[in-house]
Amino acid sequence: MANPQILASTVVGADAVAGRLDGPTGPRPRRALSRRNVILYGTLIVIALYYLLPLYVMVVTSLKGMPEIRLGNIFSPPVEVTFQPWVKAWSEACTGLNCDGLSRGFWNSVRILIPSVVLSIAIASVNGYALANWRFKGADVFFTILIIGAFIPYQVMIYPIVILLREIGLYGSLTGLVIVHSIFGMPILTLLFRNYFTSVPEELFKAARVDGAGFWGIYFRIMLPMSLPIFVVAIILQVTGIWNDFLFGVVYTRPDVYPMTVQLNNIVNSVQGVKEYNVNMAATILTGLVPLVVYFFSGKLFVRGIAAGAVKG
Amino acid sequence: MSNGKRPTQLFRNLSAKIAAIPMILTAVVVFVGCSVWTVVYSFTDSKLLPRTNFVGLDQYERLWGTRRWLISIENLAIYGVLSLVFSLLIGFLLAALLDQKIRFEDTFRTIFLYPFALSFIVTGLVWQWILNPDFGVQNIVRGLGWDSFTFDPLYDSSIVIYGVLIAGLWQGTGLVMCLMLAGLRGIDEDIWKATRVEGIPMWKTYLFVVIPMMRPVFITTLVIIATGIVKLYDLIVAQTGGGPGIASEVPAKYVYDLMFQAQNLGQGFAASTMMLVTVVIIVIPWAYLEFGGRKHG
Repeated sequence: MANPQILASTVVGADAVAGRLDGPTGPRPRRALSRRNVILYGTLIVIALYYLLPLYVMVVTSLKGMPEIRLGNIFSPPVEVTFQPWVKAWSEACTGLNCDGLSRGFWNSVRILIPSVVLSIAIASVNGYALANWRFKGADVFFTILIIGAFIPYQVMIYPIVILLREIGLYGSLTGLVIVHSIFGMPILTLLFRNYFTSVPEELFKAARVDGAGFWGIYFRIMLPMSLPIFVVAIILQVTGIWNDFLFGVVYTRPDVYPMTVQLNNIVNSVQGVKEYNVNMAATILTGLVPLVVYFFSGKLFVRGIAAGAVKG
Repeated sequence: MSNGKRPTQLFRNLSAKIAAIPMILTAVVVFVGCSVWTVVYSFTDSKLLPRTNFVGLDQYERLWGTRRWLISIENLAIYGVLSLVFSLLIGFLLAALLDQKIRFEDTFRTIFLYPFALSFIVTGLVWQWILNPDFGVQNIVRGLGWDSFTFDPLYDSSIVIYGVLIAGLWQGTGLVMCLMLAGLRGIDEDIWKATRVEGIPMWKTYLFVVIPMMRPVFITTLVIIATGIVKLYDLIVAQTGGGPGIASEVPAKYVYDLMFQAQNLGQGFAASTMMLVTVVIIVIPWAYLEFGGRKHG
C-alpha cells in the first residue's frame, strides 16, 4: 500500500542526494579502510605486539605467585595480583652471602652513574670545545686516534687497564669504574660536542674574543648556555649506556660494589636454590626501569642521541 | 707560526691543550698503549701474571687448536651473518613501513625502539624466560593440543645460537630502523614524484632507486652492527651462560673467562688480539671507502 506520491518524492530525493554526491569536485577523500591501509596498519600492529610481548610477559610474570606460574601460561594475565615478588627482588633476593636484594645494586649503580655522567660530559664538552674553537697543532692526530679507538673491542684493553688501575690503587673501587666509563665514553661524546660547537657561528666566538674573553670565559658564558640541548642528548646517551654496562662492572669492581646489571645476572642465573621466576622478572624490570623511563620521557632526543652515537667517524 | 720561539709555541693556546689532556692520555695510553701491550703480551706464555717470556705463535696455535675457541668462532660467524642480514632486512622494512606517511608514527617508532634502551642482560633474561621449554612458548603451543611441538633453543646445543639471535634482533632492530628511517627521509621527495609519474611500482622504486641511493647509510649501519657483533658478550652471559655445555660460547666470553677465571692470560691476550684483527678487517675497508677519496681532516 505504498503511497505513490511519497514514493515519487523519495525517488526524487534519492536522485537529488545522488546528484549532490556527484557534485563536489576535487580528489576523492581517501577511505580509511582501503586495502593498503589495512595491510599497512595490520602489519605494523602485529610487529608492534611482537616487540611489546617481552615487556608484557615480564610485567605479568612478576605479578603472579609461584603456584600460578607453575600451573600455567606465561602470557595469561595474573589471576591473583601480588606485589610480593617485587618486594622480594628489591630487598631480600640473595647473591652469594648478601641477602639484601637488588637495592644494593641499584644504589651502587646510582653511585657509579652520577659521577661518571658528570665527569665524562665535563671532559668531553671542554675537549670538544677546544677541538672546535681552539685548534692546536697535533689536535687532529689525537682526535683521529680517539675516534678509531672507539672501534677497538674492549676485550683488547681490559687487562692492561686492570694493571693501570691497580698501580694507582683504584682497582676494584667505584672511582676506578668511573674513570673507565669516562675513558670509553670519550670518543663519542667528544665527537658529539666537537660537531656541535663547530656549527656555532664563528662571529660569535670572534666577538667574544675581541671583548677579551678567554678560553674558559667563552666556554662558560657563551658555549655552555647555548648548547643545553646537546648536553641533554649527551646525558641521555651516558645514562642509558652506563646503567646498562655489564662488562666494566664485572671486571673493575668487587662483589659488594657490583652495579645493578651484574647483581641482576647473579640473582637470576644463580644455580643454588629454587628458581623463583616471578622474583627474577621483577628484578629484571627493576633493572630495566631507569633506561626505560629515560627513554619514554626523552622521546626524540633519545633518537638524536643514538643517531649521534651510531654515526661515528 | 713556525718562526715562533719554542717556549711560546708550547704555551700558546695553553688552556686548550690542558683541556685536551684527558683525550691525549686516552688516545695514547689506553687506545694505543693498552692495545699494543695486549698484542705484545699475546706472544708470551703469561699465565696467572703477565710476564715477558716470548714464545712466538704458541698461544695462537693453541688457540686455534682449542675446541671451545673454534665453537666460539663458528657461533660468532653464524650469529654475525644472520644478525647482519636480518637486522638490515627488518630494520629497512620497518623504516619503509613507517615512511608511508602513517598516523601514530611516533608511537610505532617508540615501540620498535624501546628494546634498544634495555641492556643485553635484561634482554637475555627476558628471552631466557620466554624460551623456557617448561613454561614458555613450547609449553603454550603444547597446551593448545600439539603435544609433540618442540621449540627449546636454549636447551638444544645445535640451535642455541638461534635462540640468542631472536633476542639480539629484538633488541637491536630498532636502532637499524632509526638509521634507515633517517636515510629514507634524506631521499628527495622529487624522486618519489618522478617514479610515480613514470608509473613505476613502489617496490621497484625501493629496490632499484632508493636502496642504491642509500648506500652510505647501509654501509655505516653495516659497520655499526658488525663491530657490535664482535663485542657480543653480555647477551650470551645472561641468556645461556655459554651453554648448554659450550654450545653458545663466543670469542668475547672466551677472552673474559681465560683472563679472569682460568688465569691463562696468554690465551686471553691471543684471543682478544684475534678480535682486534676481526675489527680491523671490518673497519679498514670501510674507512678506506668512506674517507679514502676525500682529504682526511
